[in-house]
Amino acid sequence: MFQLLWLVPALPFFSFLILALAGKRLPRSLAAILGVGSVGISALLTIGIGIQFISSPPVDHMFIQQLWSWLDVSGFSPHIAFHLDALSLVFIFVITFVGFLIHLYSSEFMLDDEGFSRFFAYMNLFVGSMLTLVLADNLLLLYLGWEGVGLCSYLLIGFWYQDPANGYAARKAFVVTRVGDTAMAIGLFLLYTHFRTLNISIILEQAPVHWMVGSSIAVTVALLLLGGAVGKSAQLPLQTWLPDAMAGPTPVSALIHAATMVTAGVYLIARTHVLFELAPLAQTIVAIVGALTLLLAGFSAITQYDIKRVLAYSTISQIGYMFLALGVGAWSAGIFHFMTHAFFKALLFLGAGVIILALHHEHNMFKMGGLKKQLPVTFWTFLIASASLAALPLITSGFYSKDMILWFAFSSEQGSPWLWAAGLFGAFITAIYTFRMVFITFYGEAHQQISHKPGIRLKIPLVVLAFLALVAGFIEIPHTLGNLPLLSDFLHSVLPEPKVLHDSVGLELVLQIVSAVVVLVGIYVAYVFFLKKRDLTEKIGKVPIMQTLHQYWFTGWAFDWLYDHIFVFPLVWFSKINKNDFIDQVYTGIAALNRFGNRFFSRTQTGNLRWYAVGLAFGALVTITIVMFL
Amino acid sequence: MMTIPLESGLILSGILFSLGLVGVLIRRNIIFILMSIEIMLNAAGMAFIFAGARWGQPDGQVMFVFILTMAAAEVSVGLALILQIYSKFKSLDADAASKMRG
Repeated sequence: MFQLLWLVPALPFFSFLILALAGKRLPRSLAAILGVGSVGISALLTIGIGIQFISSPPVDHMFIQQLWSWLDVSGFSPHIAFHLDALSLVFIFVITFVGFLIHLYSSEFMLDDEGFSRFFAYMNLFVGSMLTLVLADNLLLLYLGWEGVGLCSYLLIGFWYQDPANGYAARKAFVVTRVGDTAMAIGLFLLYTHFRTLNISIILEQAPVHWMVGSSIAVTVALLLLGGAVGKSAQLPLQTWLPDAMAGPTPVSALIHAATMVTAGVYLIARTHVLFELAPLAQTIVAIVGALTLLLAGFSAITQYDIKRVLAYSTISQIGYMFLALGVGAWSAGIFHFMTHAFFKALLFLGAGVIILALHHEHNMFKMGGLKKQLPVTFWTFLIASASLAALPLITSGFYSKDMILWFAFSSEQGSPWLWAAGLFGAFITAIYTFRMVFITFYGEAHQQISHKPGIRLKIPLVVLAFLALVAGFIEIPHTLGNLPLLSDFLHSVLPEPKVLHDSVGLELVLQIVSAVVVLVGIYVAYVFFLKKRDLTEKIGKVPIMQTLHQYWFTGWAFDWLYDHIFVFPLVWFSKINKNDFIDQVYTGIAALNRFGNRFFSRTQTGNLRWYAVGLAFGALVTITIVMFL
Repeated sequence: MMTIPLESGLILSGILFSLGLVGVLIRRNIIFILMSIEIMLNAAGMAFIFAGARWGQPDGQVMFVFILTMAAAEVSVGLALILQIYSKFKSLDADAASKMRG
């Protein structure tokens, strides 16, 4: 079974090739079968590999499949090789399984779009690149996948390219993530100059031998890798691209900008966790970035009108939780939250997609309302996903993963009560904005009638993901509820357990009760302000200072404005004044000098024979003088 | 046998050469220009003869024969060109043939 590992990324790539080359000539049904089927078979293979991995683990809990040597230049010889261990297994499971459900959903969602086969080609290319990213055994192959998913993200955000705004959003996403990628590339160069290889397992083995804990080189490399991670995962300070990325079709937002690609940064940090352990400073920065991002994005999410933008800010905020977990050394908790988040956030996006489709591509929540009766399946699944996002205690997966993060933020060695408090406050905000969205969208009066009932291919993914959003949490039961850490044990072969300072079950129980109460209060606040007493909320919204604050949060803390003024406008100004490139002046100067010389000497070409003779005689005279007297 | 000193011979050929050069530069009639060139050639030839006599070598006279031959060839080509110029411009003025300006 392990020998079939290469097929997992190869199948989507193969399907991409066929769709890209012959997509226009294929009938829609065949394109859909190819696009959905290839990912589906990958998912089945992954499940088979996963079962074998758990029942009879390979030596050292890892399996390496070398396919061929990519290139070989004076000792630098990266292979196309896949590295399967517990961490990459969790990731490929989520990518292929959630990816398959979203592809199935897209086959109905995109049915009336003229770019149907193009859409599936891009989506398959994305799945293949993402699988390459998480399976890569060296950092160069990882970087290939990293850039591949960036390209697909660009192509799919700008999928409806007739609207220039979509193209602008796509370019913004591409350029902003490129900032992070450049930092990451420099990090890879540094790693190569020190270890003469980019093989991940060799680097992770060698780094603790050669580098001291806290040495400047380790901190530099870790920070550069973090730069790549914050770009891809839309964390501070490179988070501005993700809300605009919602210009793409909704399944794209579900797959790329919620479930998989944006968590690549989490994967990168977890994969190179040894380097971050060698650089405590960088790890602390990871935690602080996560804590700040989850708060800032949470506040922005409360003020949005566009349902997809609420979800986008919520994604940024939830990835902030993952970064917080990684930053305090709770690696497994970060991966756990990645998994549960992939299920419930993909479900939220897919539910939002059904609503948007039913209401003629209406994105504004305040024009929705009263959809509870009209879209029952969507309502219940959306409610489950929202409860999971808000971490409703005990019954939802989000509760277990978020609680694990909060516990380690408080108790681990790198943790602190401040980080815990930020996470707790974030949970409060999360509950408010999530249920604000639910109440505004599904309750109240109906503003429009729906025009499109979701079909079976839209409903199946919703129901399956809703089931997972409920039960996925039970694979990691905390100490207080029976202590059954299946996922942590499974990941233990790759990721070390966090070093805990406080180890009391009683304290953990108290913290859990606090966070549970905070979540319930948050839901109640949302209930009061956005369902019961809407007019009161509107009255508060009229107060000038609240309006300013609202405007500030609505624009995502005005980061776009800030970056426009710091980077974009000066650059535009400079290129405007430098329209005639000043370095060019040197070359145009040389050309002008030559042209002047030409005009001057062509004057002497009078055509007058005797003048030429004078020239000759004079020249001879000069030559003779030089020869005789010098 | 009375020998002429080299200096006076060279001065004579220098004077002749200068006369020829001046003729080339100031004459407008193209035939006179050609004749002036002949004078310059002969002046140079005479310098060779003097030098050969001074060192008692035959090379000077050999060079003079060369110059003579070349002058004959030059005159034949030059006269042919002069005929062409005359038929084209109906004039022997060298300045008339200044079409290749600039």
